[in-house]
Amino acid sequence: MTYVLYDSWTIARTNLVHWRRNPTAIASGLLYPVVMVLLFGYVFGSAMAVAGADDYRDYLMPGMFGQTMAVGITSTLVVVTTQASYGVTDRYRSMPVSQAGVVLGRAISDMINSVLELAILVAAGLAVGWSWHNGPLNALAAIGLLLLLRFSLIWVGIFAGLKLTPEAAGASWMLLLPLTMVANTFVSPSQMPGWMAVPAEWNPLSATVAACRRLFGNKGWVGDSWASEHAMLLAVAWPVAITLVFLPLSARAYRRLSR
Amino acid sequence: MSHSEAMNSYSLVAEGLRKRFGETHALDGFDLAVREGMVCGLLGPNGAGKTTAVRILSTLLRADGGRATVAGLDVATQAAEVRRRIGLATQEPAVDEILTGRENLEMWGRLYHLSAKQARSRAQELLEQFGLAEAGNKRIKHYSGGMRRRLDLAATFIQAPRVLFLDEPTTGLDPRNRNDAWQAIRTLVAAGSTVLLTTQYLDEADQLADQIAVLREGRVIVEGTPDRLKSMIGGDRLDLVLRDARDLPEAGDILAAFGRPAVDPDTRRLTVSVTDRMSALSHVMRAMEAKGIEVEDISMRRPTLDEVFLKVTA
Ligand SMILES: Nc1ncnc2c1ncn2[C@@H]1O[C@H](COP(=O)(O)OP(=O)(O)OP(=O)(O)O)[C@@H](O)[C@H]1O
Ligand SMILES: [Mg+2]
Repeated sequence: MTYVLYDSWTIARTNLVHWRRNPTAIASGLLYPVVMVLLFGYVFGSAMAVAGADDYRDYLMPGMFGQTMAVGITSTLVVVTTQASYGVTDRYRSMPVSQAGVVLGRAISDMINSVLELAILVAAGLAVGWSWHNGPLNALAAIGLLLLLRFSLIWVGIFAGLKLTPEAAGASWMLLLPLTMVANTFVSPSQMPGWMAVPAEWNPLSATVAACRRLFGNKGWVGDSWASEHAMLLAVAWPVAITLVFLPLSARAYRRLSR
Repeated sequence: MSHSEAMNSYSLVAEGLRKRFGETHALDGFDLAVREGMVCGLLGPNGAGKTTAVRILSTLLRADGGRATVAGLDVATQAAEVRRRIGLATQEPAVDEILTGRENLEMWGRLYHLSAKQARSRAQELLEQFGLAEAGNKRIKHYSGGMRRRLDLAATFIQAPRVLFLDEPTTGLDPRNRNDAWQAIRTLVAAGSTVLLTTQYLDEADQLADQIAVLREGRVIVEGTPDRLKSMIGGDRLDLVLRDARDLPEAGDILAAFGRPAVDPDTRRLTVSVTDRMSALSHVMRAMEAKGIEVEDISMRRPTLDEVFLKVTA
C-alpha cells in the first residue's frame, strides 16, 4: 500500500518518456486541436449561426475544449492495448507492483498530457479572439471541470483498452467522434431533430461544455430541458458516476487479464 | 548430487493442476514437486502445456482445478505474496521497446522498490554481467533478438528471487551467450534460488537441471534426475561405425546378441544398448575381426536426453 505512489510515479514517468519519444503522438495530440480550432472557427464558423451567440468562435471554444478532453480517451486506449499485447504487462503482473500503482500511473501521465493539450488550446482560443468574461476564478473552475471529465474517461479508456485488440482501439475514434458531436459542442441541440436533441442534451460532454460556457461567460444557446438547466450539477455528477463505475471495473479487468 | 540432502523442503509443489482453453486441455492433472535450491527442467513437445504451467505457477493465470504452492504460498490465494518471491522470464521477451536497455532495468528496479540510486547501480551491474554495457543506452527497438533476450533475463535477475521461472530462456542465443546465460542461472542457484526451466534444448536441461520432468498433453509422464531418465531407457549405448555399408546386415546379426540394434545406413552406424560395457566391447571387437568386417569407429556412451525424450514422447 505504501508503495502505490512510488509505483505510480515510476510508471507515469515511463509513460511520459514514451510520449516524448513518439513524434506522431505529440503532433496529433497538440497540433490537431489547433487545426480543429482554425477549421471550425474560420471554415465552418463563417457559415454557422447559433441562437443567442453574438460570435460563433466565442460559442465554439468551450465545445472544442470539451471535445478534446473526450477524444483524449483514444490515446489512453491505444497505449493500454498495445502495452497489453506485448508481454510487458505480464512482467508487471508477475512483480510485486501494486495494481493500483500501475493504473494510477497511467492516469497521472494522461492528466499531465491533458493539461498541456488544454493549455495549447486555450492559447489558440485567445489567438482567434475567444476569451473568458467572468474573471479568472470562474475560468479556472471551468478548466477544472474539463479536467474532471478527462479524468473520468481515463478509466473508461483503461477498461476498454484491456478488453480490445490494438486494431479495434485504433478504430475507436470512428465511434467516438460522432458521439462528441451529438452534443452542444459545435451547434445547439435545438437545431437538431428531436430524436437526436434528447441524447445530445443528456450527453455528459454537453453538461461539461454548457457549464464551461456559463463559467467562462461565453454566450450562446441555453436549453430549457432539465439537463440543460442543471448543467453545472451534471458536469460534476456525470464524471463522478463514470469514475465510480469504471475505476473498479478497470482495476478488475487488469487483475483478470488472460484468465 | 552437489546439493545437500538437508535442504529437503519443497519450494514448488503442484497437485493435479488443470487448465482448459475451449476444447484444449492445456493442463490435465499436472503434478510436480521441486526441492529448495534445485533446478527442475520441464521438457515436452510444442503445445504440451509448459508455458501454461509456468503462467499458473507465476500467478499470471488461474488454474481451473488443482492447487499449487510456490515458496510455501498458495498461488491462487496468496498471489501478492508469491510475486514478492519470484522472477519470471516469459517465452517472448517482455521488455519495453521504446526505452533504452538501461532505462528498462532502472524502471523494473524501481518497481521492485529499489531506490533510484540502487536501481541505477543494479542496472549497471546487470548490463555488464549480460554483455550489454555498450548497448545500454540504445533503445530496445534497435536490439537484436539475442540482445533482447539477454536484457529480459537481466530484468528477471534484478532481485535474487526465491523461485525463478524461465520459459525457454536461451532460445535465440548464440552458443557464447547461451553459456553466459547458463552461468548467470548457476550464480543464482548458488545463491539459493530454486529454478523451473522449460527448454527445447535437451543439452541445456542436462547442463543445468538436477531434476527433469517430461510433459505430454498437460501431464508429467516421466520425472527424475537426468541420470535416472537415461538409465530408464536401458544402459550404455554401443555405437559402431562400419567402413562398408554392405556389412551392415552381418554386423547387425552380431549386435542382436544384446538387443535389436538401431541402424542408420547413411552414416553406416549401428547402435545398441548394453549392460556390461567391457565384455560387450571385447565380444563385439572379436566377432567383427572373425568375420572380417572393417570397423571405422567404435564407442561406448551414456544415452542422451534426446533419446529419452524421443522415446517417452513418441
Ligand atoms: N490463451 C490461450 N488460448 C487458447 N489456447 C491456448 C492458450 N494458451 C495455450 N493454449 C493451448 O494450450 C496448449 C498448451 O499450450 P502451451 O503454450 O502451454 O504449450 P507449450 O508446452 O509451452 O508449447 P511450446 O513448446 O510451443 O511453447 C496448446 O494446445 C495451446 O494451443
Ligand atoms: Mg511455451
